[in-house]
Amino acid sequence: MGLLSDPVRRRALARLVLRLNAPLCVLSYVAGIGWFLALAFPPLTQRTYMSENAMGSTMVEEQFAGGDRVRGFARDFAAHRRKSGALPVAWLERTMRSVGLEVYTQSFSRKLPFPDETHERYMVSGTNVYGILRAPRAASTESLVLTVPCGPDSTNSQAVGLLLALAAHFRGQIYWAKDIIFLVTEQDLLGTEAWLEAYHDINVTGMQSSPLQGRAGAIQAAVALELSSDVVTSLDVAVEGLNGQLPNLDLLNLFQTFCQKGGLLCTLQGKLQPQDWTSVDGPLQALRTLLLMVLQQASGRPHGPHGLFLRYRVEALTIRGINSFRQYKYDLVAVGKALEGVFRKLNHLLERLHQSFFFYLLPALSRFVSIGLYMPAAGFLLLVLGLKALELWMQLHEAGVGPEEPGGASGPSPPLLPAQSVGLASLVAPLLISQAMGLALYVLPVLGQHVATEHFPVAEAEAVVLTLLAIYAAGLALPHSTQRVVSAQAPDRGWMALKLVALIYLALQLACIALTNFSLGFLLAATMVPAAALTKPCGPRPLYATLLVLTSPAATLLGSLFLWRELREAPLSLADGWQLFLAALAQGVLEHHTYGALLFPLLALGLYPCWLLFWNVLFWK
Amino acid sequence: MAAALPLAVLLLLLLGPVGGGHAEPPRDTLREELVITPLPSGDVAATFQFRTRWDSDLQREEGERITLEKDNCHLLVSHYRLFPKALGQLISKYSLRELHLSFTQGFWRTRYWGPPFLQAPSGAELWVWFQDTVTDVDKSWKELSNVLSGIFCASLNFIDSTNTVTPTASFKPLGLANGTDHSFLRYAVLPREVVCTENLTPWKKLLPCSSKAGLSVLLKADRLFHTSYHSQAVHIRPVCRNTRCTSISWELRQTLSVVYDAFVTGQGKKDWSLFRMFSRTLTEPCPLASESRVYVDITSYHQDNETLEVSPPPTTTYQDVTLGTLKTYAVYDLLDTAVINNSRNLNLQLKWKSPPATGALNRGLVFAEAPPVPFLYAQRYVSGYGLHNGELNTLLYNTHPYRAFPVLVLDTVPWYLRLYVHTLTITAKGKENKPTSRPPAVLLAPVGEPHIPTARLPLLSPSVLSALVPSVVAAKPVDWEESPLFKSLYPVSDSSSYFVRLYTEPLLVNLPTPDFSMPYNVICLTCTVVAVCYGSFYNLLTRTFHIEEPSTGGLAKWLANLIRRARGVPPL
Repeated sequence: MGLLSDPVRRRALARLVLRLNAPLCVLSYVAGIGWFLALAFPPLTQRTYMSENAMGSTMVEEQFAGGDRVRGFARDFAAHRRKSGALPVAWLERTMRSVGLEVYTQSFSRKLPFPDETHERYMVSGTNVYGILRAPRAASTESLVLTVPCGPDSTNSQAVGLLLALAAHFRGQIYWAKDIIFLVTEQDLLGTEAWLEAYHDINVTGMQSSPLQGRAGAIQAAVALELSSDVVTSLDVAVEGLNGQLPNLDLLNLFQTFCQKGGLLCTLQGKLQPQDWTSVDGPLQALRTLLLMVLQQASGRPHGPHGLFLRYRVEALTIRGINSFRQYKYDLVAVGKALEGVFRKLNHLLERLHQSFFFYLLPALSRFVSIGLYMPAAGFLLLVLGLKALELWMQLHEAGVGPEEPGGASGPSPPLLPAQSVGLASLVAPLLISQAMGLALYVLPVLGQHVATEHFPVAEAEAVVLTLLAIYAAGLALPHSTQRVVSAQAPDRGWMALKLVALIYLALQLACIALTNFSLGFLLAATMVPAAALTKPCGPRPLYATLLVLTSPAATLLGSLFLWRELREAPLSLADGWQLFLAALAQGVLEHHTYGALLFPLLALGLYPCWLLFWNVLFWK
Repeated sequence: MAAALPLAVLLLLLLGPVGGGHAEPPRDTLREELVITPLPSGDVAATFQFRTRWDSDLQREEGERITLEKDNCHLLVSHYRLFPKALGQLISKYSLRELHLSFTQGFWRTRYWGPPFLQAPSGAELWVWFQDTVTDVDKSWKELSNVLSGIFCASLNFIDSTNTVTPTASFKPLGLANGTDHSFLRYAVLPREVVCTENLTPWKKLLPCSSKAGLSVLLKADRLFHTSYHSQAVHIRPVCRNTRCTSISWELRQTLSVVYDAFVTGQGKKDWSLFRMFSRTLTEPCPLASESRVYVDITSYHQDNETLEVSPPPTTTYQDVTLGTLKTYAVYDLLDTAVINNSRNLNLQLKWKSPPATGALNRGLVFAEAPPVPFLYAQRYVSGYGLHNGELNTLLYNTHPYRAFPVLVLDTVPWYLRLYVHTLTITAKGKENKPTSRPPAVLLAPVGEPHIPTARLPLLSPSVLSALVPSVVAAKPVDWEESPLFKSLYPVSDSSSYFVRLYTEPLLVNLPTPDFSMPYNVICLTCTVVAVCYGSFYNLLTRTFHIEEPSTGGLAKWLANLIRRARGVPPL
């Protein structure tokens, strides 16, 4: 600090920052991206390890052997489901009761804000069925959850079969210390959300549901199961939850331990684990997995029913059975044994899962990057914004003196105070207008869908998406309308002040996002930072404009979709990509209203107005 | 009267050696009972009760002892026959009026198993009435809990002022009492207490036949702890010695309830036998017992047509209204030689027979129908998420078709869980009532649909530290008959002075305690660094620096330069 309070050195340092600003920015940006890419390589990735003592020291012997039972239950369930066309509630109740569970049902209904075209539903109603295995000699203070979502498109009957067979097996054991809730939800995630809200007796999303009659204390952990066939070639684990929340790493470690023990093939993001970490191939494969995870986490949507449990501080993950064309196949007994092992270990827990990491990235199932190692990547990117802001601040401050003027004994810069006041006054209008635009983007599409459907030949869902796009695009016309408001007293100072505010605003937002959801923060920083740093009303304006449009939040979303499909090895054509983009917009709005996902309000109320400020800067006259 | 008493004692003392122990009718009796109840869920409950009654006024004679000790006389009270000496001495030393102690592992599921004979909360529960002669109740209570801790090998020594309460309404003396001054009552629950064989063995040793003969041979630890519910209790209280109640007797009840699980122990069948439950059969009554009986609940209350068949066929049956329903019990009197002599042992068997019309497929399997709902049951849970606030909810269900029950709710909340009592709301029949003065004397009205009243108490809550919060719900039904088997546990003199007690499950509440672990430290350090850096940077960025020409000096500068020149240092 002494360095900066000495005026001579201070000036020298300032000159250094000003002169070397561009190279420093480039260096910092490259360092950030490079650091991120290096996360997949061994010094930065570490082996996972079990931190929780209660789950680590003893192994359990799995005894589940109900293969025929699984198939029988699954066949009956599928038959009853086909007959009734909905979840066979009565059959499930009867079967659960016959294996010795306390059975309860919960009916729920929800009118979506607008029709969900992807899942083809609008007025949703359903019934959740759950059975509680009461642990002998325990007072129902803690419980574990095994849940199977049944959606309109995914029948998941094998998973229901496995759930029932596991329930029957678990019921005959004496060693349970925690109650186990076997939950079958209808309407996949909506059912899970309704059940969770009712279990915790709250209402955060406007769901109408009947109150729960049976409870089993505080839920300690949950596992969601999705199977599509009798045999599986691999099990895929999904950890990314609502708003990018992740379960404690120990839960994943536990599952991986039992996969290894049972010789099951486990994948992450549908990708196999690289075997060879010494050469470049292994880490490169891990990098693809890492990128997929970052994209999934950044989307903020729950990737499976487990994602909704995380809000209630219930550690949870989703296990998906995948049947592809690999030659090693496992029947459901092997899956059942792995689940049995997981539940028995969770049964040993004396405290909540809290020993291991809550913030991590996964380049492979057995490797992780901890928060201390990935944060510098985002830090470097945000440093660019900081450097730019510093440069502008100095330029604004010392405009009268001039940055090139040799330092030394000069009096206080006389034009400083008037310049500053003019700058600030001229900022109010663009700030207000862009925020209002964001508010309109957030509120109008859903609110005005009926007006839109009356005047245009479109359905509600289309209306919402098209309104979104229209308002978004209308924002681009803003500079022309704001110009009149802004006084053109000090043209250069005006845009500098505006850009300074925009840079600080952006840096603050991105830093906050990166703290809670690193993936989203990093993705937005990697795209928005270069354009934000470069934008100015002089120089090659068309180039800047193109760059700015290409890095706007919506374009980032579109680009992410293409990248995601590319990494999944299912590349998109342009037309498909556009369709997917429209669907993703609708889903984003819908998920905000149904589950409380925060991505849509974040983009609409935070980043879009901020991006508009840069657009304003670009077209400053 | 005061003069007559020593005289009577003196007389007894004189008569004692003359009459001899055998000629005198025994002043203490033991009655042992076992009730086997097939539960609606397919499980089976077994409740043992050993009742020792001693026609002796322990405390008064204890007082005598002190005066007579000087004479080195033989003392009646030092001679214990059936009544355990350890407990007898406790009564006199701490001037107890009543003592109720229970150890429970598991939770009685009233909703599925129906109302129990005697309910107990999960963990250890101790409540004691002291005589009104006790001057320092808290000291006696502390000492008593420590002594009991030693007797029963339990952690009762953890009972202290932080978990002891003095309920003013929910608890009344169960035995003979002249007035109830609640300042002599102490109540504590330890919900964490784990019950195991180390608690069972001392309990068994208190029995006159230990586990050598009679019903107590069935008390085999490895089977008793292979159950889904285990509750053992000791109740001591004074009762009337005769119908006119001129003098008192002491009654000790040792009860033990276990629930065998149809799926864990019974392989999914609901056919039970004594051997299957206890891996023992009955061979003889306890020779010291004056009554030794086994009761089997053979009431047919299931909707389906299955009937319960008991073998060997009972000699007599007994009918009574228990907890609002008419119950039929098959009675086996072990003192009746015919019961055991036929086959040299008694292995009671319970078999479910269904008529052929319903198909033999499901015979004996646990039925898949929802069990009948009891009249009154309770549920308790924590609601909300996050650590900044939460609610405790207690739901009471009254499913009686027309009757309303006055209900008293007692909640023991540990001191580190702060409740905002002003947020207490009581909802009945969908209407919210704010309690006006002191909370809960609320009338629970019956409505068609089950769940009506809730008491919501938001709380300031927390992380890894967890608190177990038990709750007691005491209802006072007007015309419920007590179980014939446990009739005398509730005083009959005053019809309004007994309770049916329901215990809700304990709750696990997350408290916002800082865990001083790695993330916590990281957050603290990072915030500190950021705060320091921010302050300095902000200061530097907003401040403008001017270089001021040094003023032309003064006396101080001149002096300083003078000194500097002398030292050979360049001047200022």
